[in-house]
Amino acid sequence: MQSFNQIVSATEPEQDYNFGYLDEQTKRMIRRAILKGVALPGYQVAFGGREMPMPYGWGTGGIMLSASILGQDDVFKVIDQGADDTTNAVSIRQFFAKVCHLETTTETAKASVIQTRHRIPEQPLRNDQILVFQVPIPEPLRFIEPRETETKKMHSLGEYGSMQVKLYEDIVKYGYIATSYAYPVMVHGRYLMDPSPIPKFDNPKMHQSNALMLFGAGREKRIYCIPPYTDVASLDFEDHPFSIQQWQAPCSLCGSETSFLDEVLIDDQGQRMFVCSDTDYCQGQLAKNAAEEALHG
Amino acid sequence: MDNLAQALPAQFNDPAEAPLLRAEGLSKLYAPGKGFEPVNLNLFPGEVLAIVGESGSGKTTLLKTLSGRLEPQQGEVIYQGNSQMPAASLYQISEAARRQLMRADFGIVHQHPMDGLRPRISAGGNIGERLMEVGARNYADIRRQALNWLTAVEIGADRIDDLPITFSGGMQQRLQIARNLVTHPKLVFMDEPTGGLDVSVQARLLDLIRNLVTELNLAVVIVTHDLAVARLLAHRIMVMKQGQVVETGLTDRVLDDPQHAYTQLLVSSVLQQ
Repeated sequence: MQSFNQIVSATEPEQDYNFGYLDEQTKRMIRRAILKGVALPGYQVAFGGREMPMPYGWGTGGIMLSASILGQDDVFKVIDQGADDTTNAVSIRQFFAKVCHLETTTETAKASVIQTRHRIPEQPLRNDQILVFQVPIPEPLRFIEPRETETKKMHSLGEYGSMQVKLYEDIVKYGYIATSYAYPVMVHGRYLMDPSPIPKFDNPKMHQSNALMLFGAGREKRIYCIPPYTDVASLDFEDHPFSIQQWQAPCSLCGSETSFLDEVLIDDQGQRMFVCSDTDYCQGQLAKNAAEEALHG
Repeated sequence: MDNLAQALPAQFNDPAEAPLLRAEGLSKLYAPGKGFEPVNLNLFPGEVLAIVGESGSGKTTLLKTLSGRLEPQQGEVIYQGNSQMPAASLYQISEAARRQLMRADFGIVHQHPMDGLRPRISAGGNIGERLMEVGARNYADIRRQALNWLTAVEIGADRIDDLPITFSGGMQQRLQIARNLVTHPKLVFMDEPTGGLDVSVQARLLDLIRNLVTELNLAVVIVTHDLAVARLLAHRIMVMKQGQVVETGLTDRVLDDPQHAYTQLLVSSVLQQ
């Protein structure tokens, strides 16, 4: 004889989790925090973070944001260090494929929601796309001021002069502004923001971006946002202006001269090559090169 | 004679010159006898006022209240940077305006130099931070000013990139003073700046402070329990005991002819050579 539960599970499609893993009330609470964050660009909104089925530091903040904004028609892409095929990217993509039954992709152009750690895709984003960042430490002033009460006051009164000290110390030690990731920015002339550990190469892409950008810090339980078409300026000195990384050679695979390159060791003799960190972009360039060759050859 | 002794020196009596800092009925009591009872005082540009008294007499509490860091229970502190500027009551203006004013016009020298310095930032960065706080954004210019001030407080120019934790106590205190003076404040508050330093270092530091005060025409409120420090630096002196101001007047008058029993005790307990 079958139990009641067995009968139910036989008649209903298998669905153990709520859509997007989080319950609806939690998703609502997070969406409210996002709306507040959008209304105050760059301001860190506190929210009630939930336990996620993975440790802090693996992208829980980003996953909670993605879970709250994903709908049934969304196409989801995950980037880890620019790549679609690393452990973190694969597991998060599988997680959402399982709890949302939605379409996932590795192509930037196809995705409507992109969760990322460390990179903004090379391909310019559209205004119907949302970029979700995983943030380890949301407070840019932590370097200079360990007290939370004091950093809150500094934010509310807009006292950001001390942040320049970080850049000053860089120039003292290295002769130039050596901060190369998590490079502090001013959002719309009001709030100082840590753009999560993206390379400063990506900072200019945040300025007047078409896409909505959401930042989630799971451990610190903070959400902040950059709405589309917002001014984002990187801090600098008059005589040491902001500049992005540059490389001597193009990507060894696709030959791109404009993308962010990773240094990869290729043998025990210390040989190395430089390749695009954005794997989707690199493959796109390769396909384009091949098509052109076929056309001319 | 009495009348003359009580009067302020002529340079501070100019009726055209308004006091820089005015306290009216200012009081902050944590408990009866803890803190200070209503105080009135005027501080004029270029004047050095010493607050002396034993431990627990309310000196530091008074200094904190005067410098905008501790809200009083009664009375107000009125600051007027110059005759063009409107007078600002420190605890009635917004916190943003108060912090702005403190950054631009006040300097605060703490008893323990590390309270006023950032330990993990180079000496140059410590001085430069004050400039960056008030809007300086030119690296070369910030560095040049930091170097000038290091030299002015007798720290070698080659120490500019060293961390303050590698400095001796006296050097840290001088660095703290440089950090405070780089933005050209009008008013500096010092809490036992020579505490914990040996006698020869103390003497050099006092010499330095005295020169800077004269050169920059600074107004200073200095808290000390050391009467020698008060005699060397201060134009006027205020003696406190158990939260009350028991005597006030010109430094020489108070120290040479103390009127109140407690002041007499204080003066007589200094070792005579």
